[in-house]
Amino acid sequence: MTAIRIELTVNGRPRSVPVEAHHTLLEALRDDLGLTGTKECCLVGECGACTVIVDGVSVDSCLMLAAEADGAAITTVEGLAGTDGVDRVQRAFLATGAAQCGFCIPGQLMSARALLAITAHPTKAEVEEGLAGNLCRCAGYEQIIEAVLLAADEPDAGDGTSEPAEPAP
Amino acid sequence: MTTDDHVGGSPARVGGIDRVTGRQAYVADLRLDDALFVKLVSLDVARARIVAIDSSAALAVPGVRFVTTAADLPDPMPRFGPQFRDRPVLAAGETHFHGEAVAAVAADTLDAAEEGARLVRVEYEELAAVFTVAGALDLAAPLVQDPALRPGDPLANSNVLREHRYGWGDVDAAAAEPGLVVVEGTYSFPMVTQFAIEPHAYIAAPDGDGIAIWSSIQHPNWLQKVIASLLHLPLAKVRVFAPDPGGGFGGKQHAKFEPLVAFMALRAGRPVRLVLTLEETFQAVRRGASEVRVRTGFRPDGRLAWRDVEANYLIGAYADIADRTVGKGSYTAGGPYRTPAVRILARSILSHTTPSTAFRGFGNPQQIWAVESNMDEAAGILGIDPLQLRLLNVADRGDAFIPGDTPADGRWSETIEKAAEMIGWNTPTPAGRGRGIAIGLKSGPTTGLSYSTVRLLSDGSVIVHAGTSDMGQGARTIFAQIAADELGAPFEWITVVSGDTAVVPYDQQTSASRSSVFMGTAVLRACHDIQAKVRSMAARLESVDEAEVVVERGAVRIGERTLAIRDVVKRGLGRLGGEVIGVGEMRKDAEPDHPLGGTAAFYEFNATAVEVEVDRETGDISIPRYVTVSDVGKALNPLQVRGQDEGAAVMGLGHTLMEQMIWDDGGRIRNLGAIDYRIPTSMDLPTEMASDIVENADGPGPYGSKGMSEGALLPVAPAVAAAVTDATGAVIRDLPLSPERVWRALRESGDVAGAPGEAGS
Repeated sequence: MTAIRIELTVNGRPRSVPVEAHHTLLEALRDDLGLTGTKECCLVGECGACTVIVDGVSVDSCLMLAAEADGAAITTVEGLAGTDGVDRVQRAFLATGAAQCGFCIPGQLMSARALLAITAHPTKAEVEEGLAGNLCRCAGYEQIIEAVLLAADEPDAGDGTSEPAEPAP
Repeated sequence: MTTDDHVGGSPARVGGIDRVTGRQAYVADLRLDDALFVKLVSLDVARARIVAIDSSAALAVPGVRFVTTAADLPDPMPRFGPQFRDRPVLAAGETHFHGEAVAAVAADTLDAAEEGARLVRVEYEELAAVFTVAGALDLAAPLVQDPALRPGDPLANSNVLREHRYGWGDVDAAAAEPGLVVVEGTYSFPMVTQFAIEPHAYIAAPDGDGIAIWSSIQHPNWLQKVIASLLHLPLAKVRVFAPDPGGGFGGKQHAKFEPLVAFMALRAGRPVRLVLTLEETFQAVRRGASEVRVRTGFRPDGRLAWRDVEANYLIGAYADIADRTVGKGSYTAGGPYRTPAVRILARSILSHTTPSTAFRGFGNPQQIWAVESNMDEAAGILGIDPLQLRLLNVADRGDAFIPGDTPADGRWSETIEKAAEMIGWNTPTPAGRGRGIAIGLKSGPTTGLSYSTVRLLSDGSVIVHAGTSDMGQGARTIFAQIAADELGAPFEWITVVSGDTAVVPYDQQTSASRSSVFMGTAVLRACHDIQAKVRSMAARLESVDEAEVVVERGAVRIGERTLAIRDVVKRGLGRLGGEVIGVGEMRKDAEPDHPLGGTAAFYEFNATAVEVEVDRETGDISIPRYVTVSDVGKALNPLQVRGQDEGAAVMGLGHTLMEQMIWDDGGRIRNLGAIDYRIPTSMDLPTEMASDIVENADGPGPYGSKGMSEGALLPVAPAVAAAVTDATGAVIRDLPLSPERVWRALRESGDVAGAPGEAGS
């Protein structure tokens, strides 16, 4: 096993992390950086619980080697919050009751944010497709979809949800 | 009710902020210094005799600390289980199902543990095994369970763990009545898995002269008893931390690998952690499969005359709580109907498969699939509208529809009629579609015990101790709503503490949709206890007789004056401060003569109506319209009620349309994991989903509430299947209604003629 050092910008903060060459971005975030908001479930890119945004693109962090993320800017659920503690997507999830057990919610939020960055005012069908890679076994999809549509209707409070995450400065 | 009512509203979910910010710490998110990582070792066969285990190569891996096998555990092997003590901590001499752990490697890193687990060499001899009802019942079948585990049991030398017989009236005499129409069918329900998005996770650590366990478990107090018993410790020396589970659905009710990590932590003298992979959770929990034969006699006008049900549930290699799901699930196989004579025989049948356990609906979805499908076939044969057939027979409130049990506790016809109205039952079905309706009933808890301690602090804020596991149903929010209203505190000033057996009083379990009724009542009574103390306090402060003081719903009234509880308490506690402590208890004792050990605390009742379209070329079912209506007594939190009902509906669509565990001839699960085992995604939803409730405040819980959360799952499959029959004429008696199965049924029913290439209509 070989450790290598990678440079990341995580939620706006520069991080220099030694990682095992075979470890995934998910392992680097959870185990090396202690950012456990990103969840681990299927490890084969099917459930979406580990979704993060890498240079503006939503990614299953269980399928990306940490080394591949060297130099990237990464947004995790811990980096979503605006100045008032939650952004409009998080606020909408709370308002519609979308978070039940909550385990899939970080991934749902990241996919929602990635969707809204590309499509500011999605249709219901576009939300369903945009979140199709995020399983929810509480099966609260109806309220999750409502939340994304609600968030899209809210003015962007300058918390970045209308823009993809910026690459590292 | 006074102003400021939180009950009946939908305040922000307690724990909601943590859930949307990533701060919610599930077991796998906890980091204990110096913890060892555990990886399980299992065999790629179902049943095998373990000849030898060689750990030397594993122990040579840098970082591997030790390997635990059966030889490292007490002899005889410690066993546990909620019904029978039949599950060994590790496979003892023989494996009984695919994935059963035979050893466990502890190492400094997960990488080292995984590498070590790959290198543990197990010499074994594969043995004959049974994976089906027919195979298990064959007289020549190998026995799954050692008969010595059930001494004196006449069934011990068979694979039938238990037979359950219920009924009333004389079915044979009833069947002799001339002119009855008999409708018969056998309906199968496959093995499906809970698939909580949070894989089960466990941590154990020595804790002073005892042990601490962290588990994503629904029943922390039950786990405490299991660990105390296995380690010969007093209960007070076993501390169970139960952080909010990331989905439970029944699969996290009972102990699985907690005993193993407990033994390993004591051996290591330091914390150990085991986080299952999703594949391992598939090999840890599932729902019992079933084959249910239903024979029903109807009078020509549609009235039920008798029903005879024989249900075979294929449970797994160890009993877990599966036999109880069989006994309780089949008990209501008469349905929510007035039936003069009913005979039910249900068997829990052991097999060399993943131990089945509780799963939302607790044995009922299987029999409801059969009984409600049978009702629909009867409607077709009798020429009676399926809605009318149900309305004709459904029990009225107060009817002793199951003699000796709780009478019908709701106006169930109102629920059915509401669902029918919402789907537009009496309007023409749109061209190309079919409609179906079905109903589901589940008996609530038969016994129960919950305690709560509520502390009103000197500034009027409140700490509620309530041991319910908040696994998505929003239990803590409900308790906070009750306390806010009863004690007049702002909702934001309530903290609800759960998940620590050293701090929170005993709660029997989080299951059976019981927590609003049982723990909710305990919280309510604890608040009433505080109100009584505040009453004394107010009488003392105001120098009046206690009889002149009324305390209710957050306010203290003395004559014409109204005082806030918080102001009275602030004055009453004085300079020393302190708090007012209330205790509450809700108990429903066992009734030894009752076949289930107790009557139903309440019933869950749901009516589901759907419209479907069936693609004749692919067999694919789409659902343009879906309606679910539950009788909840009183919705304590309508937003959460909706989330539970719609979630249950979509989960039900999983086993209805796509989910099944597939086994090969050697008893190995072939679709292990998220790629090959499909559950509903956001692309599988009905186009229009509507949910509604019936509220008549006729439940036993706080403010007239009943339990809910499982009801909306119960009738999903028969409602969809009835709609498929309505659309195509095809009658399908096996789940799931996968495209392949529907496609074949269309050809067999003649709805679609000819070979695949000629399909279409």
